[in-house]
Amino acid sequence: MPPRTNHLGLSRNEYRGRPSTLCPGCGHDSISNQLISMAYELGLEQHKIIKVSGIGCSSKTPAYFLGGSHGFNALHGRMPSVVTGALLANTELECIAVSGDGDSGSIGMGQFKHVIRRNVPFIYIIENNGVYGLTKGQFSATADEGQFLKYYGTNHMPPIDLALEAVIAGATFVARSFSGDAKQVQALLQAAVRHRGTAVLDIISPCVTFNNAETSTKSYPYGRDHEIPLHEIQILAPDYVHAQEEIKIDDYEAGDIIDVEMHDGSFVRLKKLDNEHDPRNKRMALDVLERSMREQIFSTGLIYYEEPRPTLADTEELVETPLAQLDEANLRPSEAVLDGLMRQLMAG
Amino acid sequence: MAIQPQTESKILTREPVINDFAFSVATKNGSGSQTSNNVLVMSLFRMGIPVNGKNLFPSNIKGLPTWYTIRASKDGYTARKAVTEIVVAYNDATAPEDVSNLPPGGVCITTDKIARVINQREDISYYEIPVTKLMRQTKVPSAFRKLVENMTYVGAVAQLFDIPLDLIYQVLLDNFKGREKPARMNQDIVELAYHWTAENIVKSDPYRFERMDGTRGKIMMTGNEAGALGAIFGGVNVVAWYPITPSTSFVDGVIAYKHLRQTEDNENTIAVVQAEDELAAAGIVVGAGWAGARSLTSTSGPGISLMAEFAGLAYFAEIPAVFWNITRMGPSTGLPTRTSQGDLLFTHFLGHGDGRQICLMPGNLREAFEFGWKSFDIAEALQTPVFVLSDLDLGMNNWLSEPFDYPNQPISRGKVLKAGELQAFIDEHGKWGRYLDVDGDGIAYRTVPGTAHRFAGYFTRGTGHDEYATYSERSDDWIENMTRLRRKMNTARGMLPQPLVDAESEADIGIITFGTNDDAIREARDWLANDGIKTNYLRVRALPMAPEISDFIDQHRSVFVIENNFDGQLTQLIRLEHPENISHVRSLALGDGLPLTPTWIYESLKEQEG
Repeated sequence: MPPRTNHLGLSRNEYRGRPSTLCPGCGHDSISNQLISMAYELGLEQHKIIKVSGIGCSSKTPAYFLGGSHGFNALHGRMPSVVTGALLANTELECIAVSGDGDSGSIGMGQFKHVIRRNVPFIYIIENNGVYGLTKGQFSATADEGQFLKYYGTNHMPPIDLALEAVIAGATFVARSFSGDAKQVQALLQAAVRHRGTAVLDIISPCVTFNNAETSTKSYPYGRDHEIPLHEIQILAPDYVHAQEEIKIDDYEAGDIIDVEMHDGSFVRLKKLDNEHDPRNKRMALDVLERSMREQIFSTGLIYYEEPRPTLADTEELVETPLAQLDEANLRPSEAVLDGLMRQLMAG
Repeated sequence: MAIQPQTESKILTREPVINDFAFSVATKNGSGSQTSNNVLVMSLFRMGIPVNGKNLFPSNIKGLPTWYTIRASKDGYTARKAVTEIVVAYNDATAPEDVSNLPPGGVCITTDKIARVINQREDISYYEIPVTKLMRQTKVPSAFRKLVENMTYVGAVAQLFDIPLDLIYQVLLDNFKGREKPARMNQDIVELAYHWTAENIVKSDPYRFERMDGTRGKIMMTGNEAGALGAIFGGVNVVAWYPITPSTSFVDGVIAYKHLRQTEDNENTIAVVQAEDELAAAGIVVGAGWAGARSLTSTSGPGISLMAEFAGLAYFAEIPAVFWNITRMGPSTGLPTRTSQGDLLFTHFLGHGDGRQICLMPGNLREAFEFGWKSFDIAEALQTPVFVLSDLDLGMNNWLSEPFDYPNQPISRGKVLKAGELQAFIDEHGKWGRYLDVDGDGIAYRTVPGTAHRFAGYFTRGTGHDEYATYSERSDDWIENMTRLRRKMNTARGMLPQPLVDAESEADIGIITFGTNDDAIREARDWLANDGIKTNYLRVRALPMAPEISDFIDQHRSVFVIENNFDGQLTQLIRLEHPENISHVRSLALGDGLPLTPTWIYESLKEQEG
C-alpha cells in the first residue's frame, strides 16, 4: 500500500530529519516528532522554512526534523539574533526555532526578551527540562526551588518562569505544554504557525537521564500526574469562517468557548476546562503563571494571546520583495546620484 | 613646497604667513563649539584653502575640556601638526597650558575673563575678546546665549585672519539646512565680534588667509559618512548595531543616506536595527548574511570583543557579513574618544580555534567609500566575514578628498546557486555539498534559504562537518575542511585590495604602514627628502597580506613599519608572515591616543637611521 500523502503529495517520511542522537526517551524527540507531523499535516513547503537553534540538547534537534529545510545551529543563547537577521533578509521565510532552558533562561535571557520586544514573527520553542544535559546535570535557571540533584545538591534559588518572562516582555502568543501531551503540543504548534508575531512555547520536556525523578516538576511521572490543561484546543481552518453559523456547540455553554482568529483567517477554538481562564486577558495570564509557579501547579495550554502588533519588518517599512532577492537596480543607486551628491559637497 | 619640519618655526621672521598654519580651539565640551569650529573649517574649504579639522574630545557630555585643531595648508598637507601657531583659549581650565604650548610668535585669542588667569608671555600676541559684554549687546534669548557665545571667536578669527563674512553666512545657512533664523542669530554674533575686533584690536601677528584654488572639485566629509555611503552603494540590506563611540556616526550616515535606496513607494531596501548589545548585532548580521542579504555592523573595540564568538562561527560556517571596526584606544573603556590602530592583531585573529579574518584598512576618505561597497563583494565572493579597520581619526574627523569614483564593477554575489543552477550542479557532479570544493580555490557553492529545490537545504553549524554539511567528528573531515579554508584564504590574498607602493626612487630605506598614517608619512617623507634621505613607501590595505610585501622588505636595506599603536602590531604580523631576513625591519609605533604627526615620524626615523 502506498504511504499516505499530504496535499503536496509528500509522505510524512519526507519531513523527517537525520536520526536523533539524544538519549532514548528524551522529551525533545517527542517535540521533533510533533513538528514533523505539524509540517506534514499542514502540507508546509520545507524550502520556505528555516530551523534555527542555540546550543544544548534541545538545540541539536533541528537536525532531526524537516531535512529539506535550511538549518542553523548557532551559538549558545544567541538564536534570537540569528533569527532576527534571517527573517529581515527574507520576510517570506517561516522560522521554527528551538531553544532550551539554559539557552533562553540563562545565557540567552537578553536575546530572548529583546526578540519578543521587537516582535520578530517566528515560533520560539523552549524545550524546558530544568537541567543542563550535555555538561552532565547542573541545575538550570528554571529548576525547582528546594530540588535535589546529584551534581549540585539542593537548589536554593527560585526558578525563572520563561512563559511569565515572555508575557512581561510583550509576547503576543505564549503557551505552556508538556512533551508527554502530544495532542496539545500538536494543537499549539498548529496555532503558533498561524501567528504573525513571536509565538513562545514553553514546553516541559523531561530529561530522562538527569532530571526525571518524580519529585521534579520537569519529570515524566510528575507531568503525567499533575498536568492541568486549561482548555481543549481545536484548530478551525480558514474556510470555517463561511460555515461559522452552522457550527454546533455540543456540550459547552457559549461562554466556555473562546474562538481566537489568527492571521490567516483560521480560528483557534479553546474549550475551557473547569476554569475561567481567558488567554486574551493579560491580568489572567499573569495570574495563572504566577500562581502556577508559586504553588507548583502544572497549568498548560494557550496562556496568553493578543492581536499581534506590527512585526519588526513592518516597523522597518521594508519593500515586499525579500531583501535577499533584490537585484542590482534596487541595491545600487545610479552614477548620477553619486555625482549629484559629490557636487553638493564640493567647495566650488 | 613646505618642507620645513614644524619644530623649526619660521614664526619669528614676521614675514606674512599665508594659508600655512594651524589653530587649536580649546573649549568646554557641550558648549556648542562644534558649530563654530565646523563653520571655520568649511569657510576655509570654500575659500579654496586645503584644510582639515580634527576633534580631540573627552568622553563626556558637558564640561570637560575639548580641543579642535584646524590646519590650513596651501601645499595640501592635512596631517595633524605637532604644534599649532594659534590657540583660541576659551576654556579657563586649560588656558594656562594651552598658552604655554604655543611656539614663540604664536597667537592667543581669549576672553577678557580668561586673560586674567593666564601667565602673560612676552613672545606671543594676545587678543582679548570681551565676550560677556558683547553678548549683553545681543538680542539672543538667554536660553541660547551660552550655546552661541562661541561664535564670538569665529568673528574675531574672521577679522584677524581675513575670512569673508558673507562666506561665513553661507556656511551657517548650510549648517542649519537653509533655515535663516538660527543662521542669522549666529551670524549676528559673528558680525558683532568681527566689528568689535576691527575697532579695538591691533593685529601683531603674520598669519593670514587668502583665497586660493586648492579645493576646487574636492569634497569634505568624515570617514564614517564615506563608509556608510559606500555601504549604500554596495547594496547593504541589514544593518544591526549598538551605539558606541566612535562608530555611532557610521550608522547615522547609513540612516541619513538610506533614502537613496528607497523604492518609488518609499519602501526601504535597508533595515537598520539598534540591537540590545553588540553580540546581538553580530548575530543579526550573521543571520542575515546566511539568509542571503548583504549585512553590516559598525562598532569599536569593546563591541568587537563581544562579537568574537560570532566572528569565529561565521568564519568557520562560511557566512558573509561586513564588520566595521572604528578603532579607539582600549581595552574596555580605554580612552574611548581617542584614536588608535590597536585592534589590528585582535581583529585579524578574532574567533577561537584556527583561522584568520579578512581585514581591509582604508587610509583615506576615498578608500572608506570604496571599501564600503567592495567589502560586500569580497565577503560574498569568499563567503566569510570581512572586517573594515578604520579608526576614530578617519571616522569622526572631516577629511579633504577628491570626490568618490562610482563602483567600477557590478555587484557580485559570489557562488550562490539558485534552484536551476543547483540542478545543473547536481547533473554535472552527481551531488551538491555545501563545502564541496569543485573549483579548487577553496570556495564552495552555497544555497540560501528559500531556494525552491528539494536538495537546497543544508545544516549550518559550528561543529565539525564534512563536505556535505553533515555532522562529523572525524579527524580527517576536520583536517580536510581546515585545509580548504586555508586554500580559500590564499585565494583571498589575490582578491583583496593590493598594497599601494611608491617606490620610484633608488632609495634603500623602505617605509611600511597601514590606514590613516598615510598623510603624516607623506609629509614626513617630503621633509626627509629635503634632508637628502630618500625613502620608498608601501601601504598595506588588506589582510591576509599580499606576497608583494615580502618583496618590498627584501628590496630595502632598512625598513620602518610605522603605526599608531603601542605594540607595533603590523610589525609583529610581518615577522609572523615573513620570518626570514627581517633583522632590518624596525618598528616605529606610537599609541598615545592622537593621530601621528609628521614631526614624530621625521624625528623618530632620523634618530633610528642615525
